[in-house]
Amino acid sequence: MIRVERRLEQPRWLSLAVPIGSLVVAFVAMTIVLLVTGHDPFTTFRRLFDSAFLGSAELNATFVSATPLLFTGLCAAVAFRMQLFNIGGEGQLYVGAIFAAAAALLVSGVPTVVAIPVMIAMGALGGALFALIPAVLRAFFKTNEIIVSLMLNYVAALVLNYLIFDSLSYWRDTSSPEAKVFPQGKTLPDAASWPLSHIGGLELPFGLLLGLVIAGVVWVLYSRTRFGFEVQVIGDSPRAASYAGMRTRRKILAVMALSGAIAGIGGASQDGDVRHLLDARGLSAAGYGYAGIVVAALARYNPFAVALVAFLLGGIQNAGYTLQGADFPSGLVGVMQGLILFCALGGELLIRHRIRFERRRPAESVA
Amino acid sequence: MNNSILVVVLASAVTYGTPLLYSALGELVAERSGVLNLGVEGMMLVGAVMGFWAVQTIPGPGPLVLILSVGVAAIAAGLMALIHAFLVITLRANQIVSGLALTIFAGAGGLSSYLGNDLNLADAPAKHAFGAFFPHGMQTLPVLGPIFFEQNALVFVAWVFVAGVAFYLARTRPGLNLKAVGESPAAADAMGINVTRYRYIHTVVGGAFAGIGGATFSLAITPQWVDGLTQGAGWIAIALVIFAFWRPALCLVGAYFFGAFAGLPFTLQARGVTIAPELFQALPYVMTILVLVTVSAAGARRRLGAPGALGTPYVREER
Repeated sequence: MIRVERRLEQPRWLSLAVPIGSLVVAFVAMTIVLLVTGHDPFTTFRRLFDSAFLGSAELNATFVSATPLLFTGLCAAVAFRMQLFNIGGEGQLYVGAIFAAAAALLVSGVPTVVAIPVMIAMGALGGALFALIPAVLRAFFKTNEIIVSLMLNYVAALVLNYLIFDSLSYWRDTSSPEAKVFPQGKTLPDAASWPLSHIGGLELPFGLLLGLVIAGVVWVLYSRTRFGFEVQVIGDSPRAASYAGMRTRRKILAVMALSGAIAGIGGASQDGDVRHLLDARGLSAAGYGYAGIVVAALARYNPFAVALVAFLLGGIQNAGYTLQGADFPSGLVGVMQGLILFCALGGELLIRHRIRFERRRPAESVA
Repeated sequence: MNNSILVVVLASAVTYGTPLLYSALGELVAERSGVLNLGVEGMMLVGAVMGFWAVQTIPGPGPLVLILSVGVAAIAAGLMALIHAFLVITLRANQIVSGLALTIFAGAGGLSSYLGNDLNLADAPAKHAFGAFFPHGMQTLPVLGPIFFEQNALVFVAWVFVAGVAFYLARTRPGLNLKAVGESPAAADAMGINVTRYRYIHTVVGGAFAGIGGATFSLAITPQWVDGLTQGAGWIAIALVIFAFWRPALCLVGAYFFGAFAGLPFTLQARGVTIAPELFQALPYVMTILVLVTVSAAGARRRLGAPGALGTPYVREER
């Protein structure tokens, strides 16, 4: 007989052991998938690991893939902590990218030290405004923020498509010869290129450093301030929070705006660090927002763990791109991310509950 | 007359609405049991790829192969739903995260791409496909020809599904029990209904419906396998369930309504009308948000049909 009962207290070691255990189980499941479909798991994992983490060029590419996941992971973590399920990180990232690209194009001619802060601010503004739509609806009409933010992802993707493919918008390149063949965004001015920091042989994108700073700020905010305390009380027990006089409505607006702003900065970082134009197709194909939810869940909403998990999943994504080809199973990255998330979700149960195996008592004989 | 824009749009509404209808009905059944499954897109794609694989592999006469292939699609997608069911019902995982995980796992760039690639399904024409169900002579009839007689069998089977689900929910004992489970699992449990079993069965059956929806793409609308074939239809199906207030008959209307938006840009483009297709494509999402806001602002959630226990796990000891 298996019994599942709630733990009265959660031992600290469990919150580290369970995610690691989840990863191990996910890899075992992946091995089974590979074996069943006739691939050699050892070679596949080896190649995956090699092209994700071994060598400085590989690591640099992994940093680039990890950066957007860090932002969208923080975006999800910040909101999910309050049981506010903002799954609109995807759309908020697009809107941030749109705003930041507009800003970069508008202020062309200014030096980099001005361009970058303007892009960050505009990206944050765009993401926050877009996140405020589900926030306002939730705060004032009790509309389910999950569905609204999910639907808005598609609206944002369509807006992005419209700006580049189906209109002569400010963002679209209408002059260069390549753009006449295939529609693309205007190239951003050089001053809008975010710098790389060199440490040893490694190149850290500016966005990654910014994301790490934001992770630190979020950690301080959530574990050292009254605001963070109230957010967690509202998340754990909304009724207790309202009896204590906490203003839930304001918190919903603030947390969603913060969450959206972080995703929006992620969009700005895509413009500045990587793409140097408003890349409609590239952004919507990448699915950073949804992967960010995987990151946040696996990190158990801890901002520093988000950074670590983003690095790990970024590596897998990067390796997936590099290895894409005839002899490497495509779709492997999605399967693996999915499996990791399934296992992390299953592992949550072990953190909150204890499983007891009891021997069924022999039926008492009636004398 | 059959080329008039209204007829063409209505015909494409029925064509593109059908996969939405299957998937939305499946999601409706799952949500009525209290399980929200955001993995529809992933389940549809797995259904589409496995259905296409079956049609290419199973030998035999066309109609039989097609029926079997739809069955394969349903089973494959049902298995995907089983993962979600296990996580959210037995392990009490967060339904939203688990559903999204399912889409990441199974959807474009996940298992469906993996299978499509591994089974070498891309770039091959389908050996069999669902064609028009009625004889050719009837397809040229005015108005009804393109809208009705040119449609394939899956369109008509979908109507049977709508009637079946409506009847099941309103008139049968298990259907009424299902609604009780979704509305108030504790009360249902007290009545002696096995909440866990009901939720498992209906989540998996709902997934199977989504698989048929996916197969509608790969076996009828565009008989081939392309990565990410469904192009977000799964998300529209989730929206549709809300739009239809969790009622099967309204699902039928809503599916064709949303289907029209999917078909309209192509129709207009063919006629040289240049309206940005994004405008129509965004409408289902925007309208769903508006419906959702209206419903929640009116505070009439219950009356309008959202299951009371939607999205919450049921734990007997903690009720």
